[in-house]
Amino acid sequence: MMRLAGLAAFALIALTIGVGAGSVALPPGEVWSGLARADAPASLIVRNLRLPRALLAFLVGGGLGVCGAALQALVRNPLADPYLLGLSGGAGLGAVLAIAARPGSGWPVPLAAFVGAMAAVVLVYRLSVVSGRRLDPRVLLLAGVVVGAFASAVMSAVIVLSDAPQLRNAFLWLLGGFTASSWQTLGLFVVYSVIPFAMLFALARSLDLLALGEETALHLGTDVERAKRLVYVAASLLTAASVATSGIIGFVGLVVPHAVRRLWSPLHVALLPASFLAGGGFLVLADTLARTVIRPLELPVGVVTALVGVPLFAVLLRRNLA
Amino acid sequence: MLSARGLTVRYPGAESPALADVDLDVLCGELVALTGPNGSGKTTLVRAILGLVKPAHGDALVDGRSARAWDRRELARAVGVVTQREEVLFPLRVREMVMMGRYAHLGALGAEREVDRVAVHDALARCDVADLADRRVDTLSGGEWQRVRVARALAQEPRALVLDEPTASLDVRHEMEIFELVRKLATSGLAALVVTHQLNLASRYAERVLLLDQGRVAALGPPLEVLTREIVSGTFRWPTTVALGHDGAPQVTPLRPGDHLAATFPTPGHGR
Repeated sequence: MMRLAGLAAFALIALTIGVGAGSVALPPGEVWSGLARADAPASLIVRNLRLPRALLAFLVGGGLGVCGAALQALVRNPLADPYLLGLSGGAGLGAVLAIAARPGSGWPVPLAAFVGAMAAVVLVYRLSVVSGRRLDPRVLLLAGVVVGAFASAVMSAVIVLSDAPQLRNAFLWLLGGFTASSWQTLGLFVVYSVIPFAMLFALARSLDLLALGEETALHLGTDVERAKRLVYVAASLLTAASVATSGIIGFVGLVVPHAVRRLWSPLHVALLPASFLAGGGFLVLADTLARTVIRPLELPVGVVTALVGVPLFAVLLRRNLA
Repeated sequence: MLSARGLTVRYPGAESPALADVDLDVLCGELVALTGPNGSGKTTLVRAILGLVKPAHGDALVDGRSARAWDRRELARAVGVVTQREEVLFPLRVREMVMMGRYAHLGALGAEREVDRVAVHDALARCDVADLADRRVDTLSGGEWQRVRVARALAQEPRALVLDEPTASLDVRHEMEIFELVRKLATSGLAALVVTHQLNLASRYAERVLLLDQGRVAALGPPLEVLTREIVSGTFRWPTTVALGHDGAPQVTPLRPGDHLAATFPTPGHGR
């Protein structure tokens, strides 16, 4: 409980920093007064510009943390991350197709990315259901890699063959970022993600048991096939939504659950909420760095998460192995 | 408590059935040892009794109800299982691991209750691993790890225990500790089915021995009736000799081919 409160405090501090930092730097006091009172000087910046962005980054980061934790248990592989299901390839292909086909207008890129991601998810799922109705996590891993690779190949081909000038934007967009955040995007994401979040949290104990292996999970009383399907559906819905809102942001879903597991507990009742708070806080800070380091330009946030996440992870690995 | 009635299992594509017409009843308070050559159907029988394999004929019953008709949660509250292998990926502690035996008693989001903590505490104590409660499971020795897994099965508060080769790769002391523990649990009222290759321990600890051969029951009964030289040599297709141990339990010694006793090796299949 103490540690969860500590993580909640970390998340709150991250959000305050995220809202405070920018071309007009706001100290924490002004951030809070801008939130509390509509007539405060910082109110406009806080409420209209920075808060929706920070909150969206928080939710996406939290979602990636939770999905990473759940999928690592599902496929019993600590190297799993939310994109292992071929989602990233599908999303990228969807986005690039949308831009290449109707430059300028047509399908909004996020929607196309979402459809692409879900198509990849369905395909991976179909490939992984072996001998009747069994979902085999080992085949799932392979199918995810294969479908992802295929989608990337098609995407590359489309990019080479098409001369749409906006394709560079598609790339930038895929690298991840929260430039396009608004209250509207945030609202959409909140409404959409409630169900997958609730599903995954309700599956916390099943995830503990799945992580022990399917046979053991069965003997300890889990309906294994049902649990696997639910985890798969919930995690892919959530990841697809995060890809659609902010592109592909690596390392959060891999590093955060690892760190929480090592520093705190591998039990999902604790791991999932902790990964949510830690992933959310981490991504808010990463996004803050991404938009302030080379102002007025912005780094793709996926670049920052990797640049910061990899050394952190390396330190963590060495400290725990020693 | 655990029963098979004319149980026959066929795997798709296999010529002969993996199990043919097996009858068995493991009663509460009884330890039954299940043994036989590799590939004789031991694991298939266990899996069928646990509802993981669909019988072609006959049925496997748990507490009188077809094993496959049980809801997995209910079944977990009736039967505790220690499988042959289990690899732990994440750094769990012993107490957390044993608490997972309580998951079948908890709701999806329900908090651990006092009864759950008591059950875990009792299970740890009965398996003599209470002092390991805060250790990480990846730091345990093979014997400790097996006792922790038995403790987890006990935390389920089952009426039956199924153990699949619980002492494989354990040294003499740890092997004895596991058999002593399972014997104690059976005597206290659990139905225990133990798959083992340790004929001599099966002989000393089990009320009855079920010897499988090519999916069929080669023999089923008290050790003195099952572990005879003819039956054991015939089933395992290797010359053996059987003598009574100091405690009156038959003890099997496999013979070397040049051994003068080996000349009387019965023809394979004899005694079945």
